[in-house]
Amino acid sequence: MRRLWIGLTYAVFLILLIAPLSKIITSAFSGGLAGLGRALGRPEAMHALMMTGAIVVIVTLLNTLFGIMMALYLVRATWLGGKIKSLLNSIVDLPYAVSPVIGGLMIVLLLGPDSIIGGFLEGTGFRVVYAFPGMIIATLFVTFPLMVREVMPVLQEIGNDQEQAASTLGAYSWLTFRKVTWPMIRWAVVYGMVLTIARSLGEFGAVLVVSGNIMNRTQTATTLVYQDVENFNVAAASGVALVLAVFSAGLLLIMEWIKKRKEVH
Amino acid sequence: MTALISHKGWTWGFRSTILLYFFVLIVLPICGVYVQSFSAGWNVFAESLSDPIAWKAVLLTLKLGLTAAMINVVIGTMVAWVLIKYRFPGRTFLNSLVDLPFALPTAVGGLMILLLLGPGSWIGTAAEAAGLQIVFHQPAIVIAMVFVTFPFVIRAVQPLLEELEVSQEEAAYTMGASKARTFFQVILPSMLPGIISGGMLAFSRALAEFGAVVLVAGNIPGRTLVASVFIYGEVESDNPVGAAAVSVVLLTLSFTVLWLMNRVQQRGRRA
Amino acid sequence: MHIQVRNLDKHFGSFHAVKDVSFDIEKGHLIGLLGPSGGGKTSILRMLAGLESPDSGEIAFHGQVVNDIPPQERGIGFVFQNYALFKHMTVFDNIAFGLKVKKAPKSKIKERVMELVELTGLKGFEKRYPHQLSGGQRQRVAFARALAPEPQLLLLDEPFAAIDAKIRQELRSWLRELIERVGITSIFVTHDQDEAIEVADEIMIINQGRVEQKGTPWDIYKEPKTPFVATFIGESTMVEEASVLKGFDGAGSRGQARALIRPEYIELGHEQDFPILSATEEGIVRHLHFRGSEWLVEVEVKGRKLVTYRSLEKDTLQPGQEIRVLIHRAYLFNEEDSWIEENRLKVDPMPVMI
Repeated sequence: MRRLWIGLTYAVFLILLIAPLSKIITSAFSGGLAGLGRALGRPEAMHALMMTGAIVVIVTLLNTLFGIMMALYLVRATWLGGKIKSLLNSIVDLPYAVSPVIGGLMIVLLLGPDSIIGGFLEGTGFRVVYAFPGMIIATLFVTFPLMVREVMPVLQEIGNDQEQAASTLGAYSWLTFRKVTWPMIRWAVVYGMVLTIARSLGEFGAVLVVSGNIMNRTQTATTLVYQDVENFNVAAASGVALVLAVFSAGLLLIMEWIKKRKEVH
Repeated sequence: MTALISHKGWTWGFRSTILLYFFVLIVLPICGVYVQSFSAGWNVFAESLSDPIAWKAVLLTLKLGLTAAMINVVIGTMVAWVLIKYRFPGRTFLNSLVDLPFALPTAVGGLMILLLLGPGSWIGTAAEAAGLQIVFHQPAIVIAMVFVTFPFVIRAVQPLLEELEVSQEEAAYTMGASKARTFFQVILPSMLPGIISGGMLAFSRALAEFGAVVLVAGNIPGRTLVASVFIYGEVESDNPVGAAAVSVVLLTLSFTVLWLMNRVQQRGRRA
Repeated sequence: MHIQVRNLDKHFGSFHAVKDVSFDIEKGHLIGLLGPSGGGKTSILRMLAGLESPDSGEIAFHGQVVNDIPPQERGIGFVFQNYALFKHMTVFDNIAFGLKVKKAPKSKIKERVMELVELTGLKGFEKRYPHQLSGGQRQRVAFARALAPEPQLLLLDEPFAAIDAKIRQELRSWLRELIERVGITSIFVTHDQDEAIEVADEIMIINQGRVEQKGTPWDIYKEPKTPFVATFIGESTMVEEASVLKGFDGAGSRGQARALIRPEYIELGHEQDFPILSATEEGIVRHLHFRGSEWLVEVEVKGRKLVTYRSLEKDTLQPGQEIRVLIHRAYLFNEEDSWIEENRLKVDPMPVMI
């Protein structure tokens, strides 16, 4: 009985995860190392990877900062009523439920050339949609809940006793945060950052809609994979996909490592 | 933290910045879609939806999403059970691997499935010889959805199983209950909140999935065109109102599922 | 149910949890397994239930060996330390579980559950879920659930460990009455000697996997068979060399011994209070603690601190006061042996006469 269940579990992993993963590796190397080099050496591939990198850095920084603050407010703020807090709390989750394509569409509708704001910005020579800022906004939207949802439970769990204790000992807010709160939420923040990196690295739908997928201008790694597949250039697509997969696997390892660290605490 | 927040000076600026960021980034766009889809009046909205391509795409998405969620409920429950209850070589490795679909870009996931089952691969060739069509047909969409939503049920059930005290099982045994009975009457009900909420999450994610699906679906209207791909097509062909109409339907569905799931979780927490 | 246990042995990995344990329990008795944590009490209980299987040895119910019978068929009720109530079932369904397993008819189930609900004072709570109950109520549900299928043997693992001190007191006498009324053979595990003494007909003291002593609480208190039992049960002070105490200098006949002295073995008084003054020691009162109904007195004798109680009716002592101390008896023990010895001078005075 036990053997059967373990065997079945292995089968599920093998078919659903391991086989596809190994397939992409063999496919990426189908043209040998040189083929992989060619696929990645293309100017559009280099540019796409640079774009992805830039998006990851900017989005992770912004959402880490705002995510921590939002979590603090949602858990601790006394100036927000209970009802408002729980309303905001449920809104935080909405991007999870929004299809990335719809996320992209929202930004196009709101800030696109045909919209009021977009038209105004266009007049000042600042393009949002089909340009870099739009892609940032789209990725910010999609990744917003990740940090908040990692930090909030930790804040709730530790309660504010220790912070109050610190304030009775004469510590002011910033010192309290740095010396008391931060050490306790540190690993949750790092974990949230890793999640945000993984998600912004892999974001596809929202970025595809917002960017217009213009080669060498607004193309990211994932949308390049899509374009390569559409052009039946599967080997090149696999090369870029492999780079993404390796990054994701690395992030996964870091996630596991952090989970262990968190348990130690 | 009360101290941090009530500290003067920066406080007001901080608060309004955060809230503004939140509203502009999250609330405004969502409202925007609803406004846009009704901007030309109720009739245009209804007209967009009465297009058979549109409503068939929504129905197809529902059908395939539900199938994928059901599959994940079954295999996810099994995997969670095995990973928690048994100790065997490779257990930690498999447990880490569960999160792979979260970490992996969905487009890469789609490409993997395409490569594995596509026309050139030996599975694809074998299936074709057997008269089965996988890639660019519905099975591939379901597989892509199952892949992307794989971790949800597992991660929702695992903590509940870990929490379940062995003594509950033992209590059932001392009262004469067989192993099967104990499983169905004691263990399964304890896992149920996780199975339901995990399944719902998987369902709502499957409804929304785009990256993995767009690569493996044939996008034939009414047969293999799912809602998210339809929306993308409408945007590309410069019909934002049509895109917004279907988006509103899909969004409302997802929000309902999310809301239901919160209810289930709250009930589960109380029990 | 009459229970016989013979030469029970159990290892957990390299840890020898239960060492060659044998005992008999008569039908209808309420037995307390008492001892420090990790001493093997719970392992014995779980082997009786069939939740663990012994490495060697026999367990027999009614003369029939049950070693190979699974817990499902042993006809026992088990109350777990953390209650192990089914969280997703109401009180009613929890209690009814064992009856449903037995496929009892619906009307019978309802009747029996309501009877137990009444018996355990849970009337009106049948439809509640475990998380809506207090600790004491959960405990009662756990009892009722274990009793519902009319088991022949009730096993309780630290039944009061998770309950507030005040309610624990109530529950103890309630449990005792309940078990007397039902008339079921019961064994409970505890590390609290007050609990064991108060509730059990008979106590088994278990330490490091062995049964140190079995007997009624009074017997064990009066005549501890091993030094461990003597120190574990009741209050006492230890004197390293018994022979320094007056009246116990003859202890040398059995070699050097240590003395264990209970508070009630010691009598305090003034010189005129003792007919044979030579049997008493000179002492100095060091501390007085008011204990509600009496004084706890710490008195120093020959540089050693002894503890005793003193009635409030007698004159109040002052710290630093000199006083006479009579040690009536002591529990003596050494490497080989242990015995109770009376103060020799008190019984057989040797008046110094010229």
